[in-house]
Amino acid sequence: MTGATDTGIGLRHLLSTEGLRREQAEALLDTAAGMEQALTGRAVRKLPTLRGRTVVTLFYENSTRTRVSFEVAGKWMSADTINVSASASSVSKGESLRDTAATLGAAGADCLIVRHPASGAPHRIAAWLDRVGHSHLGREGHVAVVNAGDGTHEHPTQALLDAATLRARLGQVEGTHVTIVGDILHSRVARSNAHLLATLGARVTLVAPPTLLPVGVGDWPVTVSHDLDATLATGPDAVMMLRVQAERMHGGFFPSAREYAIRFGLSQDRADRLPDHAVVLHPGPAVRGMEIASSVADSSRAAIAEQVTAGVHVRMAVLYHLLAGEDVA
Amino acid sequence: MTTTRETKRSESWTMKTIRIRHVRPYGEDPTDLHVRDGVLVDPVSDPDETIDADGLIALPGLVDLHTHLREPGGEEAETVGTGSAAAALGGYTAVFAMPNTDPVADSPVVVEHVWRRGREVGLVDVHPVGAVTVGLEGAKLAEMGMMAASPAGVRMFSDDGRCVNDPLIMRRALEYARALGAVVAQHAEDHRLTVGAQAHEGPVAARLGLAGWDPTAEESIIARDVMLAAAAGARLHVCHLSTARSTEILRWGRETLDAANGFSVSAEVTPHHLLLTDTAAEDYDPVHKVNPPLRPAADTEALRRALADGTLDCVATDHAPHAVEAKDCEWSAARPGMLGLQTALPVVVTTMVATGLLDWRGVARVCSEAPARIAGLTDQGRPLVAGEPATLTLVDPDAEWTVRGAALASRADNTPYEGMEMPVSVVHTMLRGRWTVRDGKVVGNER
Repeated sequence: MTGATDTGIGLRHLLSTEGLRREQAEALLDTAAGMEQALTGRAVRKLPTLRGRTVVTLFYENSTRTRVSFEVAGKWMSADTINVSASASSVSKGESLRDTAATLGAAGADCLIVRHPASGAPHRIAAWLDRVGHSHLGREGHVAVVNAGDGTHEHPTQALLDAATLRARLGQVEGTHVTIVGDILHSRVARSNAHLLATLGARVTLVAPPTLLPVGVGDWPVTVSHDLDATLATGPDAVMMLRVQAERMHGGFFPSAREYAIRFGLSQDRADRLPDHAVVLHPGPAVRGMEIASSVADSSRAAIAEQVTAGVHVRMAVLYHLLAGEDVA
Repeated sequence: MTTTRETKRSESWTMKTIRIRHVRPYGEDPTDLHVRDGVLVDPVSDPDETIDADGLIALPGLVDLHTHLREPGGEEAETVGTGSAAAALGGYTAVFAMPNTDPVADSPVVVEHVWRRGREVGLVDVHPVGAVTVGLEGAKLAEMGMMAASPAGVRMFSDDGRCVNDPLIMRRALEYARALGAVVAQHAEDHRLTVGAQAHEGPVAARLGLAGWDPTAEESIIARDVMLAAAAGARLHVCHLSTARSTEILRWGRETLDAANGFSVSAEVTPHHLLLTDTAAEDYDPVHKVNPPLRPAADTEALRRALADGTLDCVATDHAPHAVEAKDCEWSAARPGMLGLQTALPVVVTTMVATGLLDWRGVARVCSEAPARIAGLTDQGRPLVAGEPATLTLVDPDAEWTVRGAALASRADNTPYEGMEMPVSVVHTMLRGRWTVRDGKVVGNER
């Protein structure tokens, strides 16, 4: 399976960070750092690694930033990248998810990067494609699936890019204390980060009102708090602010945007109480003035732009380990 | 094992006398059962047909209070014909067809149609369940009296699939049904608590990112309905009860609640809630998506105990066929429900008999006698003694088989037990003296 170059880390798909082993996660982060180095100072940012490979982004939700990040990652490694936008609004009309996935597999995609509003949709696609196999295309019958965000489940490459950013800023993830603040209940970023950070040896605290925490969060490898100030007083090394989506503001999960900002927003005053080395993360796009003050988002503490850059490198690493590991014909 | 039979004349169901040799009624000592003109009789000296039932267990024909036959309107998933075949093969001799069809069975015309289709097929007694409210919309009572007076003789009403959520409508339905000698079967789910819900709310759903289905949605409606029925002196039946706390509410309602005359509350549990748990969702295969959702193991254990001690009256399948397009998709887009008729008895054996919680007498009680009593059937769920209807099922307690959805009689194949070993097999089924299943195959009256 690993072919001429031994790049295999035992990864057939990347569907979640839950279940990702520490050595796999660290290999991905090491490769991402290597990608950054390989590209530094190059006049032409193009590696030949995935020449002849076809990477398809299949997005059932709009997301310019994630799609562009994957597309750039593929192009910088010379893969052919194709973008497919689809609508999940109705299953009774139009093509089913299964037919779409089967078509793209049969048409020659080596990798499907899937974003879908339904939790588990990429898992279903991976199961269908694994069952069918594509050996008739002379490719060992495997189409790799990357979860680029599924419903309220996971967004594994976001967690990997967050970890890469923390590594760059703090030197390591092991032993650090990371606080994640906001809508944990609906956040795939929070789920992926909770698992990955724990796997990498960080201590994680989730901060949210009880209405934005899932029933059953007690089983996660984290500490839970409803008090942001008390948590910040413990001196976390990083604070990750999650986006609060507009529909939650009117869904009765909390009384008002104003009250949320006062209780759970990262104001300048709160940022000033953080240790000097502490880093502020946000997966973007940020609602400034609500979950994070503009002055904090634009401060040197904030690593928001670095997160975006790290995202390309991490996604290059993911594609590399999923695709380059196979025997390139 | 295989069975042999000696046939003296042609294999027509018009035979007058049958001897079922060395059969074990309720799993007890072997004896011979004799049938004449559709009735169990004292020993016959020279029977027209003798079947060797050595090793087989005889139970009264099974009765399912909760079946979706999908006809009219959902024939791509099931018909009265295919559903009746699945029922007979599962050992059933009577099924109650839920009214969430298209059109809804909320009028005498539709219930009579379903009833007639059942008679034409002739494999099981098909009793239509009438809708409580027009169009299952929960707003206006359906013509319950006219459905009761129709040839279908409806005695059970339900908006199953939807809850009669409005407390005033539910109160009126309970009161009105009292005069019809009918029972209202409630799909207990406060829809305000389950908006967008996908899986039992708890650690598994939290981890999978599936919107949580609050069990209080079921429990609060059961508590409310028990109080309404007690005050009205009405008969309430709780469909597919699925949590430990719901069983506690039942006990409270029966034992401590001051109630008007005529009050009773009964409850059913599905085979899948006795066997499967919420962890089944981990592969996101919607074949495990069902309403109410699969619960944690602690609930499963409590439901088994409650069925054994009589808190839960009976097992009902909630047999819910769905076309492949409705299941072979992403979890949140899939329809809830699973096949159940052909796997119900084996699952009850796995969860209740093999565990020592019930003996075969108990199986007869929860799968036949109790549901017949709840529905007011006088010719089903009867003792296996002379003078009673020859309506029975013969089970091989040692014949294992492997579930294959494609091999089931239903038109749909959405079984959650694909590839699973089942411990017992239904070998023969008899409805009023006529074989509907023999040697595991449907007999006669092809549709």
